[in-house]
Amino acid sequence: MAHVASTQAQVRQQHYSVPQPMPWPIMGSTSLFLMALGAAFVFNDMRAGWVSIAAGFVLLLYMMVRWFGEVIRESEGGRYGRWEDVSFRWGMSFFIFSEVMFFGAFFGALFWARVYSVPDLATLESQALLWSGFSAHWPSAGPGFAEQFSPMSAWGIPALNTLLLLSSGVTVTFAHWNLIANQRGKLLLWLAATVALGVTFICFQAYEYIHAYHELNLKLSTGVYGSTFFMLTGFHGFHVTLGAIMLTVIWFRCLKGHFKPDHHFAFEGVAWYWHFVDVVWLGLFIFVYWL
Amino acid sequence: MSAVADTHGHAHDAHGHHGGYSGIMRWITTTNHKDIGTMYLWFSFVMFSIGGLMAVMIRMELFSPGLQFFNPEFFNQLTTMHGLIMVFGAIMPVFVGFANWLIPMQIGAPDMAFARLNNWSFWLLPFAASLLVLSFFMPGGAPGVGWTMYAPLTAQMGMGMDFTIFAIHILGMSSILGSINIITTILNMRAPGMTLMKMPLFCWTWLITAYLLVAVMPVLAGAVTMTLTDRHFGTTFFNAAGGGDPVLYQHIFWFFGHPEVYIIALPGFGVISQVIPAFSRKPLFGYASMVYATSAIAILSFIVWAHHMYTVGMPVTGQLFFMYATTLIAVPTGVKVFNWVTTMWKGSLTFETPMLFACGFLFMFTLGGFTGLVLALVPVDIQLQDTYYVVAHFHYVMVAGALFAAFAGIYFWLPKWTGKMYNETLGKIHFWLTMIFFNMIFFVQHFLGLAGMPRRIPDYNLMFETWNKISSLGAFGMGLAQLLFLYIVVSCIRNGKPAAQLPWEGADSLEWTHLPTPAPYHSFETPPVVK
Ligand code: HEM
Ligand SMILES: [Cu+2]
Repeated sequence: MAHVASTQAQVRQQHYSVPQPMPWPIMGSTSLFLMALGAAFVFNDMRAGWVSIAAGFVLLLYMMVRWFGEVIRESEGGRYGRWEDVSFRWGMSFFIFSEVMFFGAFFGALFWARVYSVPDLATLESQALLWSGFSAHWPSAGPGFAEQFSPMSAWGIPALNTLLLLSSGVTVTFAHWNLIANQRGKLLLWLAATVALGVTFICFQAYEYIHAYHELNLKLSTGVYGSTFFMLTGFHGFHVTLGAIMLTVIWFRCLKGHFKPDHHFAFEGVAWYWHFVDVVWLGLFIFVYWL
Repeated sequence: MSAVADTHGHAHDAHGHHGGYSGIMRWITTTNHKDIGTMYLWFSFVMFSIGGLMAVMIRMELFSPGLQFFNPEFFNQLTTMHGLIMVFGAIMPVFVGFANWLIPMQIGAPDMAFARLNNWSFWLLPFAASLLVLSFFMPGGAPGVGWTMYAPLTAQMGMGMDFTIFAIHILGMSSILGSINIITTILNMRAPGMTLMKMPLFCWTWLITAYLLVAVMPVLAGAVTMTLTDRHFGTTFFNAAGGGDPVLYQHIFWFFGHPEVYIIALPGFGVISQVIPAFSRKPLFGYASMVYATSAIAILSFIVWAHHMYTVGMPVTGQLFFMYATTLIAVPTGVKVFNWVTTMWKGSLTFETPMLFACGFLFMFTLGGFTGLVLALVPVDIQLQDTYYVVAHFHYVMVAGALFAAFAGIYFWLPKWTGKMYNETLGKIHFWLTMIFFNMIFFVQHFLGLAGMPRRIPDYNLMFETWNKISSLGAFGMGLAQLLFLYIVVSCIRNGKPAAQLPWEGADSLEWTHLPTPAPYHSFETPPVVK
């Protein structure tokens, strides 16, 4: 108990800092509202919606720059101690957990299609009543899909991409060690390598999509295979992009001399996020591309 | 500026100022958990009124067989929006309002762990709610798909459906951010000596609720995202022609949906677990078992979802598994009911309004639990699925359960929040009116369901007329009774008598014992030491 009490005292050297009021949150809500409104119009063939989307997006960027800017200034001003740091850790962990569950829904859809719905459509009953001649195999675009398509093979670019992301997990760890050892030059180098690997990944992914659309005739609308393929890899690619942007911001902050060897949660949070994206990719590689 | 916020500079006076902004900007920019809690509570009341208005319209249509006021499409829009607004706009936010007001005070924290994020969690809600309500005014109107938004019906709706989908995304974001905040606050902000097992039960139930929310709201987001892409981008997640499956939607939805019903119920359990001991003047019976029962309910709630889907076509083994798992939940739920009753056993009971609502909760929620058990049995459910029996079941647990708990909590903490006392006589009248009219609406719906009246249909067979008339009359009465509630709260705030420091002698959590009444704008700038 004494030990617990003393660590608690160490963590709580100062008052917990309750931040000042700020107008940015409601600006964030406004921007999401505008983007949602605009998207709903665009999806229903009303072009004017683009204006609303663009306005919302600009507002969102502005809000993020101001809000994060303020937090970074406070952080560098020594506002956040060990106690706040623990909060950030819990917060980020649960945020990542929620992201895992989000991907879970799409993996669930993939497993459902592979294990239940596609085989079900090829049972004798279905064949007799609905889809004669449909045979269950994966990948499948379902019985109502007439065109030919080729599935994405695992052993070209996807395997290379696995290698890229896995190595980027290693390089970001090297960067972290160098941050702890206060080797700023190496820190910048390894972090830059991580970003470079991430960007290469995204480029390969973009190439793969073009390849799929033009040569494989594999599209978002290619039945349930196309749906799960593009939604899973698409959301993942979007997360990699976000992660790469965050890493880039961290790189510039390192360049400006931010972070201390023993106090750099922003760095760690982004690194956690990066590892999370990495793990999701492994799931994708195994279940979407390979098996 | 306030003393807490400005820890590195010199202390300013904490009174009168609300962080530099005034007027409406104070509320828009605030990082104070009490301000934000107040906003959640009022927001919830506004949504409760809108949703309630829709309910009255539904009951107007059902007052007589045949079509009276609305065409079937609009009727479906009403039931859909009533459900979505009540679940996401009224019940969930009211308990987040409680969480904001109470958790920091009950664990001895200066505020929530992420005060600005807290502001955002709230301010996402009015925007999402506007999207929901705006959908009525779009071509094709609001979606008429039911609050469960099943495919393939969702594929056929107009752009109101897209509004609803985006509203759900934003509501989900709000819930996730709010929950992360609550979890972090409880895990990291407790005062020295406030161990987890000393926390008031309300904090425990919210810790577990928040965990459930973080786990399942993203899944709902995934489900509606797939609906969106099926509608507009040619994906076939829920379309058999493309190898997908509409049943898949139901699985994903209910994987969210069943934990969601406990998200609605658990914070209410927490409130009841504090109200009953206070008016029994006895500590809660079986505190530890309450914590374990709550956790058990949360864990089990992940493996029972398909009891909503017995009739969609599922192997018997599946039906059996979900039936047994569902009936298993009754055990921890029973532990709770047993503990509440035993807390009252040989206590010095008094029945002020909060206690009346708590007792109402106890009876009615238990009844709803029983009908849940009835529905959990496959052979019975095959008869009752999609009848008014189900409607009766979930209104017993959500209205007489969650909403009654919210009323109990509001009357209980109103003196602490406002420093004023509400009118006890009027409070009691509000309780009895609500109780009587509630049962008038929903008790008879059990009979309707057993006789086979389907839900979500604006017309019905002549033989159902009598019960429907009674139900509708009850609904009008219940609506009026809530106007009385509004009057009680407003008159309490404006000219209630000053409340005593400890208006309820049995209340013993930190907000009562360590803070003045009304609670000051900033509490526990220095943490109290809890023994
Ligand atoms: C002992 C506990 C409970 C059991 C065994 C139980 C069981 C069930 C079952 C089997 C159904 C499906 C009926 C059907 O559609 O045929 C159902 C529906 C429902 N239950 Fe419960 N339930 C319990 C508690 C609760 C609680 C605490 C809540 C919320 C506070 C709740 C909310 C609902 C809702 C909203 C529905 C209907 C959803 C819809 O179809 O629109 N239940 N329940
Ligand atoms: Cu359920």
